[in-house]
Amino acid sequence: MRNAANRFVVLSLLLLLGVTVAATTPAADGWSPAQLDELRSLSLGALEPVPADPTNRVADDPRAARLGERLFFDARLSSDGKVACGTCHQPDRDFQDGIALARGVGVTDRRTMPIAATSRSPFLFWDGRKDSLWAQALGPLESPVEHGGTRAQYARVIAEHYRSEYEEVFGPLPDLAAGVEAVTRVFVNLGKAIAAYERRIEFGPSRFDRYVDAIGNRMPTDGRLSDDEVAGLRLFVGKGNCTQCHNGPLLTNNEFHNTGVPRRTGVPIDDGRFAGAAAVLADEFNCRSRWSDAPQHCAELDYLVSDGHQLQRAYKVPSLRNVAGRAPYMNAGQFATLAQVLDHYNRAPAAPAGHSELQPLRLKARELKQLEAFLHSLTGPTIVNGLAGPAR
Amino acid sequence: MTTLQLSSANPQLKHLMKTLQRNDRSRARRVALVAVIMAALVGTTACGSTMRLLHGTGAKRPEATEFGLGPRVSANRLYVATLETATELRTRRLQTVRLGIVDADGRAVEGAILAIDGGMPEHGHGLPTRPRMTRVLGAGAYEVEGVRFNMGGWWELKVTITSERGADIVTFNLSL
Repeated sequence: MRNAANRFVVLSLLLLLGVTVAATTPAADGWSPAQLDELRSLSLGALEPVPADPTNRVADDPRAARLGERLFFDARLSSDGKVACGTCHQPDRDFQDGIALARGVGVTDRRTMPIAATSRSPFLFWDGRKDSLWAQALGPLESPVEHGGTRAQYARVIAEHYRSEYEEVFGPLPDLAAGVEAVTRVFVNLGKAIAAYERRIEFGPSRFDRYVDAIGNRMPTDGRLSDDEVAGLRLFVGKGNCTQCHNGPLLTNNEFHNTGVPRRTGVPIDDGRFAGAAAVLADEFNCRSRWSDAPQHCAELDYLVSDGHQLQRAYKVPSLRNVAGRAPYMNAGQFATLAQVLDHYNRAPAAPAGHSELQPLRLKARELKQLEAFLHSLTGPTIVNGLAGPAR
Repeated sequence: MTTLQLSSANPQLKHLMKTLQRNDRSRARRVALVAVIMAALVGTTACGSTMRLLHGTGAKRPEATEFGLGPRVSANRLYVATLETATELRTRRLQTVRLGIVDADGRAVEGAILAIDGGMPEHGHGLPTRPRMTRVLGAGAYEVEGVRFNMGGWWELKVTITSERGADIVTFNLSL
């Protein structure tokens, strides 16, 4: 009996030791295999290469990208000679401007969006009213409050300052006096060159990515994420329900959702995707347009949801990469801090129009702090791939 | 080990046996209690978000056996449909699926028209795209393009099948 009892005690101790070792081993850091798979799906290691853009035949031409980079920072492409794409999309600020409403030659109704990895998004802008990077780039150029100029003016800038670079990529510059067709052709190609540059803007690895690499390779995780950040990550993939929309390696499903974000006072009524879906179908420069290089292959437009209640005040889910350095938040900078954003999601107030998809999370103050801490671990560099010299 | 020669007539043994039985019962109670607590804990952590979402829409997730690519019988038993996918269904990308449709007697259904709907019952939203039947492949097979799921979780894909046999609807429960 005593021997049996001893054996039981020894076995129990061994079992306890085994459980303790398994639970505290640095490689797993307490994550189950299924959770580890989910974490891998959120890390940059899961990011697939930039998809082809058949609508832009120069999308991957480095000459087009170099031309596009120069155009991106050229303030001559504006009515007052002071506004370039890079005025709001500042490379040292994750290609955004840090203010609630973007300022070009006037003030817009929306927050400037960052650019990195948007080549992977089927629809651009907060309301998705454009379906390619080149079509997107053309929008602000003709907006009266952004660049404020005209396509004829921009075509002249190309003719006077970029003729050889343009012709190297697109062939002979058409005679601009020939009319709107020639002007629009040059204007479209200007957008396609800018898109070729923007396609190369990507996210570099964050501390979160290094943490996932470490636990995935059963390496020590010491110092990669703090205890609060790991706790926040558990909430992020757990009861915070964050990955319902912020999923995949870019931490966005690239869709449009109504999360009950309040209206910004002093700007016109904004329907979000409801107006954006109609706009992209009617867009002069969409995938099906005569300016597209692949008008027969527009699956995103073919299967677009263009009406219905769920589009009302639905906005693009932004990537959460570099989110901590990108205040203020939401489509019109309604929230000044991450804490305010998290408080909103925790309370889930009713939407000012349409129906919010949120449910109250009822997280404690400490849990909200942990979630906020985790969001800081998503900060990493923004890089421009394959062009000589760093982004300006 | 000490060996005791005991007989059932021994009153000390009877007392010892009763004590052991009592201990067994109390151990069984403790084990049961621990099991209940463990089950409650697992339920709290694994199903917490689901319960919260259920609270939002009242939708009840079907049994695990109700999930999958089929074959699934239509609501009025006119058709049996099977989903075929070239690769595993994934989130965030446009996908093409095939549907194989037979009637109640197992004969391939030709000349059908399919309409696709669906969504996430727990969240109260529909599909993020509007998929369509794009090709008739013959032998009761049809191609549907434009299917996308924008998050993980329980999705319904509802296929309304209309042929000379009548109109009926098949619901696939998919776990992404």
